[in-house]
Amino acid sequence: MTLAEILASLFPAGHDVRVAGGLITGTGPLADGPVHVLGVADRTALGVDEALRMAGAVIDIARSPSGAPILVLIDSDSQRMSKRDELLGLSEYLAHLAKSLLLADRAGHRTIGLLYGHTAAGAFIATALATGTLVALPGADPVVMDLPSMSRVTKLSIEVLTEKAKATPVFAPGLDNLAQTGAILATWDPAKALDAQLAALLATPVGDDVRDLLGAERKGRTKSAEIAKRVVELARAGG
Amino acid sequence: MSVDPNVMSWYEASARQRIDALTDPHSFVEFIGPEQREVSPHLPIFDLPEQFDDGMVVGRANIGGASIFIAAQEGRFMGGAFGEVHGAKLVGLLRAAKAMKRDVLVLFDTGGVRLQEANAGELAISEIIRAIVAARTEGVRVVGLIGGRSGCYGGGGLIAGSCSTLVVSEHGRISVSGPEVIETNKGVEEFDSADKALVWRTMGGKNRYLIGGADLFADDSVAAFRTAATAALARTPRLDLDTMEAEQVRLQRRLDRFGNATDAVDIWTTLGFADAAAVPGLSTDEFLQMAYGHREAADDAR
Repeated sequence: MTLAEILASLFPAGHDVRVAGGLITGTGPLADGPVHVLGVADRTALGVDEALRMAGAVIDIARSPSGAPILVLIDSDSQRMSKRDELLGLSEYLAHLAKSLLLADRAGHRTIGLLYGHTAAGAFIATALATGTLVALPGADPVVMDLPSMSRVTKLSIEVLTEKAKATPVFAPGLDNLAQTGAILATWDPAKALDAQLAALLATPVGDDVRDLLGAERKGRTKSAEIAKRVVELARAGG
Repeated sequence: MSVDPNVMSWYEASARQRIDALTDPHSFVEFIGPEQREVSPHLPIFDLPEQFDDGMVVGRANIGGASIFIAAQEGRFMGGAFGEVHGAKLVGLLRAAKAMKRDVLVLFDTGGVRLQEANAGELAISEIIRAIVAARTEGVRVVGLIGGRSGCYGGGGLIAGSCSTLVVSEHGRISVSGPEVIETNKGVEEFDSADKALVWRTMGGKNRYLIGGADLFADDSVAAFRTAATAALARTPRLDLDTMEAEQVRLQRRLDRFGNATDAVDIWTTLGFADAAAVPGLSTDEFLQMAYGHREAADDAR
């Protein structure tokens, strides 16, 4: 689905969501009140300038008393790979955005990520993966690293990597593989109205980070939840 | 044979040597140690050797008598990269830190996500950031120490940016995209990864300390890192929306002041150093003296 189609289905009564400089901002009405819409469009790379603008918008919303949820729509590139961005400390800007989203969620502004296009690497961590609940639309294309780059690093051919990917979802790019590891709660049905699907999601209670349990259940990450739980138990047993 | 921590190089030390030298004698208790042989289930797919601790050592210890949790990455195994088991150990430690309100030291030494288990590594990094935020909002300090062989790259840089305080040495590189990644994707004109001086002055500890990307600058010795870690653990812990507003202002100020810089030397000149080009050659004492009163500081805006 295109961004315009998504917004039309989310807000049949209209909205004021706009895209400027690759960033999405605005609001739209749901049955229970307004929802803030933020995000990255047009496969824009997330550099220091974009991350700071987006974090500023998140903090402003988190400060507002309404408690209105934040929908984060993502079709991004990876982090911007440039000398300037790294010189200025891109890691801090991306971490700042991730922390702001997590704190907004804790401050009562529920954060829902909707992955509708591409995303990769540091941009993925700082946006979609920093929302309280992440859902996707079919055709979404999250990657940690694309197979050609992985082929260079691992010195294995793309054919061999594609073959290995069939045996395990743990390294290969794509929505299905990320979903199996627990990153994505659900994939929405584009044939049904998105406003109803969003409303249903907002009606579910907010919980802890259960992505490792989800990964175990879906057999995409068999060890994470168990190892983390054992460490917690050992730490607590020692007093 | 024990090595004198005053002279042992942090850069050269292993993860376990760093923990031993940093913490009170015989106080370290490891959780899921190598004897448990919790190895990566994914490396055999690529015919790669496993390590019994998967390159991550976690446990509890004392520093100056105070109980802390501690995690150390082994940069010499898979470049200290985050895989499923490696990452899950730190997730568990941070969740325990929140529950027990106990401070955490994270000894970074990482190239980022381990590509052979990229999805699990990426997700672990996200879980770690979320667990750090949850612990910090409960008043827990999460102190990052950076000065290892593999630096602190990729998602490791984002985790570092989520810590309450960062200690860095000259050798400590903090960055998202590594030099080779930028060169491969954008060309050698954008970043020449073979130019080591460029790498150090762009991503290295001195520039990070000067722009406020790190809070304490340490000599490359385990003793200096211990002194700095102790100072970091004495700082007032805080993470709330006020902190984020202060960080927003701080990071905006950095763009306003240095946004047009084309090299670290331009930044250092703007900071007011008469001989900015000399910064890389300064000793720790000379550097700290020069930085004093000129550097940008993060204070409570991280």
